[in-house]
Amino acid sequence: MNNLFVYLEIEDGIVSDVSLELLTKGRTLADQLKCQLEAVAAGYQLDKIGECVFPYGVDTLYIADDKRLAPYTTLPHTSLLVNLFKEEKPQIAFMGATSIGRDLGPRVSSALFSGLTADCTSLEIGDYEDKKQGKVYKNLLYQIRPAFGGNIVATIVNPDCRPQMATVREGVMKKEIRSPKLVGKTVKLDVSKYIPDTDFVVEVIERHIEKSKLNIKNSSIIVAGGYGVGSAENFKLLFELANTLGAEVGASRAAVDAGFADHERQIGQTGTTVRPKLYIACGISGQIQHIAGMQESAMIISINNDPKAPINAIADYIITGSIEEVVPKMIKYYKKNSK
Amino acid sequence: MSFKIVVLAKQVPDTRNVGKDAMKADGTVNRAALAAIYNPEDLNALEQAIRLKSKIAGATVHVLTMGPARAAEIIRESMYRGADGGVLLSGREFAGSDTLATSYALACALRKMGKIDVIVCGRQAIDGDTAQVGPQVAEKLGFPQITYAEEIIDCTAKKITVKRRLERGVEIVKGSLPMVITVNSSAPDCRPRHAKLTMKYKRAATLSEKQDAGDDYTNIYNVYPYLNIPEWGVADIEHDIQWLGLSGSPTKVKQIENVVFTAKESKRITASDQEMEDLMKELITNHTIG
Ligand SMILES: Cc1cc2nc3c(=O)[nH]c(=O)nc-3n(C[C@H](O)[C@H](O)[C@H](O)COP(=O)(O)OP(=O)(O)OC[C@H]3O[C@@H](n4cnc5c(N)ncnc54)[C@H](O)[C@@H]3O)c2cc1C
Ligand SMILES: Nc1ncnc2c1ncn2[C@@H]1O[C@H](COP(=O)(O)O)[C@@H](O)[C@H]1O
Repeated sequence: MNNLFVYLEIEDGIVSDVSLELLTKGRTLADQLKCQLEAVAAGYQLDKIGECVFPYGVDTLYIADDKRLAPYTTLPHTSLLVNLFKEEKPQIAFMGATSIGRDLGPRVSSALFSGLTADCTSLEIGDYEDKKQGKVYKNLLYQIRPAFGGNIVATIVNPDCRPQMATVREGVMKKEIRSPKLVGKTVKLDVSKYIPDTDFVVEVIERHIEKSKLNIKNSSIIVAGGYGVGSAENFKLLFELANTLGAEVGASRAAVDAGFADHERQIGQTGTTVRPKLYIACGISGQIQHIAGMQESAMIISINNDPKAPINAIADYIITGSIEEVVPKMIKYYKKNSK
Repeated sequence: MSFKIVVLAKQVPDTRNVGKDAMKADGTVNRAALAAIYNPEDLNALEQAIRLKSKIAGATVHVLTMGPARAAEIIRESMYRGADGGVLLSGREFAGSDTLATSYALACALRKMGKIDVIVCGRQAIDGDTAQVGPQVAEKLGFPQITYAEEIIDCTAKKITVKRRLERGVEIVKGSLPMVITVNSSAPDCRPRHAKLTMKYKRAATLSEKQDAGDDYTNIYNVYPYLNIPEWGVADIEHDIQWLGLSGSPTKVKQIENVVFTAKESKRITASDQEMEDLMKELITNHTIG
């Protein structure tokens, strides 16, 4: 009762990274709240899920195993969560801010009349004072997210309704095993008790889901290009630098919108969040929505011909110059000195 | 056969151009301080609705928007592009709504609009970026939903087939009507205004707009009833007041902060050969690269 739940997203029998990241965060918050961490898996042939999630510190794993539950469709997964939550009364529930979590979350929150905050960038526990009613709420979930096109950061709370629900994008939280030895309890759910047959009204006819080839999120060095790179042709320079350094290439939204780079490479609030060892920002001005996705990089180098570019404020090294001039020199002097 | 399509469209502040007075002290948006535009993905939704209409004999497209008086612009704009009409849902009681209270109010208005076959929404609105209202309206009405739609491929009296665009691929799904569909920005752009329709509907107005303008063309509204844009308030919809506005919103804004970044101590370098070589050497020596 009143525990912290994470909905596990599963593709081909594998738990997605975003769910593991949420389990990691969930474990820390559950410790703080002195409650249990519980996970729900819905799909088909889920025997291996336990092995995968218990090391993250899951106390109880609920499994709904049924051929009709994979691939994901909205209504059956919604009914499962709604009915399970009615029984278990979790205080907090997390899901990924993915095409699944953002399809499922609002539906569940509407059915339970519980507030949901999408795309949180930070989750904390704290108190809240409702001044109008003179009431203090202890240990609420602070759902922190940029709002209003990223111009502000808002802290949202749900004082009265449970569960307090939030979605988080992949890569925003860190993924970390608690201990490889941990084993929790598994509860097999009787699917017909939770999901009416009438829920199977949407049928998936065709499906092509590709594993992402790109792995910007886990790359320890990122060479990112902005609108200032000027062209897709000039982006090749960045690829050359990335190849030389063993890095991955990222991009700002302006660069993606201009067609210089693929959407998959976008870094920032509406792209991927990264925290590499080294981030080289080439021709990126550093608008808040971009910075939101890379400010935790251990070291930032900014290359910009405008000495006053806003990104310089968070850079460790500011190189004032043009991409065309600076990038080839970096390649040249790396090669010369790396042997 | 009648086939009713309703588009949910929102007028949003243009968050791409925000000034300092954009937020009020209570954490809600000061809409008056910003330019108002048609939410971009709702235009993608409108386009899908108009295309669907053209494939089904007797189909109609109506737009429902909830917002202040000036949101009537959304309905006119939709009519210029091919919608048959729309409804503005407006009133003080709706102020301060979060996504649940918004979807409750929209669901009440949709029930009043009669039997609906397909509801088309944008995936998300750029002011909140929540993408919640579509699925929540669907839940409130007990309709199934198909989110992240890129194209309505086929539709019969009972079934609709939709191509969805997901993070890493596509899915084609088929479901039964009535259905709520939310449309992605990867769907085709909306057609531009149609010159003849723009001429025909440019005087379309809500009652309060006519009153504000002190319009003495009352006659034309009697002769051309399609120029009257219905404006509904709480009194026009069947509702339970506690689910509207602030009281119907479980989420509360605790705090709003402007974003400030603490400046780092940084080192400035020029692009000279000497300084570039020194930098690369330093990065290699301290094992940042290599
Ligand atoms: C809701 C919302 C979400 C958003 N999400 C994201 C997001 O996830 N990620 C993101 O990146 N943006 C996002 N944005 C957009 C963001 O606000 C900026 O528009 C964008 O980041 C700007 O990209 P940029 O820095 O590449 O381009 P610009 O701002 O145009 O900057 C180009 C820079 O290049 C420099 N330059 C020009 N020529 C050269 C040269 N030859 N050599 C060196 N430097 C040069 C210029 O001095 C300038 O600083 C979002 C916006 C909104 C409203
Ligand atoms: N006030 C509103 N009036 C009409 N439609 C709305 C309103 N708010 C949200 N919607 C619809 O719901 C979608 C998602 O909105 P949101 O959950 O705010 O991101 C929008 O793209 C619209 O189609």
